[in-house]
Amino acid sequence: MSNSRKLGVLFSGGKDSCLAMHLAQKEGYEIGCLISLFSENKESFMFHTPMIEMTEKQAELMGKPLIIEKTIGTKEEELVDLSRVIKKAIRDYGITGIVTGAVLSVYQSSRVQKICNELNIYCFNPLWQRDGIELLEELVRENFEVMIVGIGAYPLDENFLGRIIDSDFVSESKLLNEKYGISPIGEGGEFESLVVNCPLFRDGLNLKKFNKVMTGENSGFLEVSSE
Amino acid sequence: MILVINVSSEKLYYYEFVKPILDILKKGNINFFVKKCSDVNSNDLDKAEKVIICGTGLLDNGFLERLDCFNWLVDFEKPVLGICAGMHIIGLVFGCELRKKCEIGFYFLDFINDFLGLEGFEKAYLLHNYYADFSSSNLFSEYCLRGLSSAVKHNYKEIYGVLFHPEVLNKNMVLKFSKK
Repeated sequence: MSNSRKLGVLFSGGKDSCLAMHLAQKEGYEIGCLISLFSENKESFMFHTPMIEMTEKQAELMGKPLIIEKTIGTKEEELVDLSRVIKKAIRDYGITGIVTGAVLSVYQSSRVQKICNELNIYCFNPLWQRDGIELLEELVRENFEVMIVGIGAYPLDENFLGRIIDSDFVSESKLLNEKYGISPIGEGGEFESLVVNCPLFRDGLNLKKFNKVMTGENSGFLEVSSE
Repeated sequence: MILVINVSSEKLYYYEFVKPILDILKKGNINFFVKKCSDVNSNDLDKAEKVIICGTGLLDNGFLERLDCFNWLVDFEKPVLGICAGMHIIGLVFGCELRKKCEIGFYFLDFINDFLGLEGFEKAYLLHNYYADFSSSNLFSEYCLRGLSSAVKHNYKEIYGVLFHPEVLNKNMVLKFSKK
């Protein structure tokens, strides 16, 4: 089996893209670059917007080049912008495949599949159809330090912001899923995450300022900055 | 015991096309073992009560160079389910041709008869650049009428082929096959 393929990672800085990249590296693939879209649309369908600026710092900690593309964030414009940035990654870094952290969203994954297919490069979704609780448990087991930096669903409140995904979080996620239908991985936008440290980083993000900004009773985000 | 066959040429596709099948079987308390298609031997086929041949990525056509690994299908008498690339393999082994057709995403399929629990309009996830054309096969019947073979069954054996990926939206179909 081939594992010498050089890949680009669609990288948001959240738990799913980091874990997908981790799996790719564990299987022996070379990561050529990270690709992040900075969406100006805070309700982006395709990309998680809170904390995306942190990707620059994370890329530095991983020693990987990062390609940044700005998008106005409307549904189809995002796809044009994504196609353009993947073409750039092919040209500049010689990638022949893309890794995404797609888990359940057919909307997200099928659009990336179409772009990759048109560009004649492979598309890998190593978290595809994974059980949410199993995925959280793997993050804990693999020593990922993941912080909740955004919330957007009842009954999550400001106490959820800043929490780290640990075994207590996993237990609570099971209950929230059973009682309120909250996706354990935030697949429906219930929460957003930021990877503060993981086996891919040479050191953890040094976060220095936290400010909880609530935009509603059950929606808000964590403003953080790094040194 | 179900033999699950991995046809992917890329290691990462195991997570995307094989593991979701294994997770369904685990949840259904169904025993299984996994083999790469090139490693399947006669002991495996003897041990298996049923076989599932998984799909793979859009550009991963390496299995076409390993079709010899599936010659056992011709005389195999136990139930087999081929998913996407697995259906391509079944078609090629039984004399069908591959045709170019790209479909990616949700589609509604119209099942004309009960097909492993699927009947009438069902939403399904498609991810393919080719399909195996069973339309002129005397050995297989089509269960889904949409102009290209999407769900077929051997007329005399329990050999099924589906172009869609049941591990995404039609998980019960995999269980139905496995527990049948």
